[in-house]
Amino acid sequence: MDMAYLIETIVKIVVIMLIFSALAGLGTYFERKVLAFMQRRLGPMSVGPYGLLQVAADGIKLFTKEDIIPTNVVAPIFKFAPVITAATAFMAAAAIPFWPQFTVFGYTVHPIVADTEIGLLYVLAVMAIGLYGLLLGGMASANKFSLISAARTSAIFISYEVVTGLSLLAPIMIVGSFSLIDFNNYQAGGITHWLVWTQPVAFILFWIAAFAETGRTPFHLIANDHEIIDGFGTEYSGMRWGLFFIGEYANMFFISFVIALVFLGGFGDGGLMGALALIAKVSFFFFFFLWTRAAWPDVRPDQLMWLCWKVLMPLAVINVVVTGLVMMF
Amino acid sequence: MSIEQFKNRNVSDDYFLVDIEDYPTDGWGQFKRVVKRTFKGELFVGLWVVLREMIKFDIHTVQYPKEKMPIGPRYRAVHEMKRLWESGTERCIGCGLCEKICISNCIRMETKIDENSRKEVSEYSINLGRCIFCGYCAEVCPELAITHGARYENASEQRAHFVMYEDMLTPIDMLKAGQQQEFEGFGAITPHEDERVKKTPLAY
Ligand code: SF4
Ligand code: SF4
Repeated sequence: MDMAYLIETIVKIVVIMLIFSALAGLGTYFERKVLAFMQRRLGPMSVGPYGLLQVAADGIKLFTKEDIIPTNVVAPIFKFAPVITAATAFMAAAAIPFWPQFTVFGYTVHPIVADTEIGLLYVLAVMAIGLYGLLLGGMASANKFSLISAARTSAIFISYEVVTGLSLLAPIMIVGSFSLIDFNNYQAGGITHWLVWTQPVAFILFWIAAFAETGRTPFHLIANDHEIIDGFGTEYSGMRWGLFFIGEYANMFFISFVIALVFLGGFGDGGLMGALALIAKVSFFFFFFLWTRAAWPDVRPDQLMWLCWKVLMPLAVINVVVTGLVMMF
Repeated sequence: MSIEQFKNRNVSDDYFLVDIEDYPTDGWGQFKRVVKRTFKGELFVGLWVVLREMIKFDIHTVQYPKEKMPIGPRYRAVHEMKRLWESGTERCIGCGLCEKICISNCIRMETKIDENSRKEVSEYSINLGRCIFCGYCAEVCPELAITHGARYENASEQRAHFVMYEDMLTPIDMLKAGQQQEFEGFGAITPHEDERVKKTPLAY
């Protein structure tokens, strides 16, 4: 491992961290605006032009708020839990190619931190570890509603991890690799080569599971808003709560990237148009997260479990079997 | 008239019961219901409805401190003192009826005889911290002098928050510009007042 590689990797990590922390902030702005417009409101309007600086105002508020550690909480775990969520969200980004490779001053840049053989597996695994942040945070909070929320969270995550894995298995079988770059290159031939045409069931299943994975409506049971309190985050304040928040929004962006790369052809042949198309696809999936939040009600936990174990998982298994049979003959 | 008529709350004959199917009892029925609901596409109707609203961009927000909703003329907010239209003098004759009727005892006034031997109001204040905005003072005033205005933002740093006579009085330049608003609430003159005036019966 030579020095240049090390420096390049560190620069890439810093750039991705900065861009996606900022995007997570902007994501909250877009969420509030889109939800507001869909509900015939205006959303934030007062800070800056069209409320654009609301993000900065929220950031200042979160950063300067008193960091309260309530009595009776298990302090070390309570303090550490938000870090897990935010860190795993960003760690998952390591294996995601955000942009086709390009050349600056004769130096070829691969905008992916680590193109490993097990890219997709790594992304899913690390995103699944993010569960521990919520689980530990809820359990350490000394608050029964946080505890209930943490239990619900782990139940949902564990069930939907099954659907995520099984639904991605069929595309992986077709492509024969875990690397997201390989996925992209497999579909580089244009819109007809996209995996969504050969694997529509897997696409739908993974998309549904992505909602559970990021804890968005209609599976927003993790921080169940109907309880008026914020689920596992009830006892958190200031920047620790902000870390949970950044983790959630960064996860939304990363899972949108994964959907676009695995099923919708990613950045295509690597030209500028392909790269812009990738951004458009990711924006659509991000917008869809907000869209469903305005339109759909949340389901009950038992309905969620029912949907996962009795509908989605059998479908995913059938999909894998059928794909295998088709590939065999 | 019997009491039943008052107890009947069905104000309209248009009420009807929503058509709800019976819940399926057996497994096959439940399965059919799930399949039907899955492929009915109702989720997409929901998506379309919110997207349509976003595209129509028919925003109903009132950006409150900058914009305000119009307020009804009968609304009872912070009091105003009116002037006579022609001469511009103050309408209040210092009769003290408002002070007397105020049920929360929040009007205080002092009067004196001025150089023309007329009664003059020298002090007049309303403690808005006590006022319940019942409107009795405006109703009882024989001169239509004290009325309610539309200024409903009366948050203050102290519980005892007073308005003085000078604050309530219509500024003379506003009166000259014809901007004095007559109060239309309780105690105000109704539109057909002239026709309803009767001669005092002096036949006894
Ligand atoms: S509105 Fe009622 S409580 Fe207020 S000053 Fe007039 S009479 Fe008194
Ligand atoms: S009732 Fe009217 S005229 Fe009499 S003192 Fe009060 S405001 Fe003046």
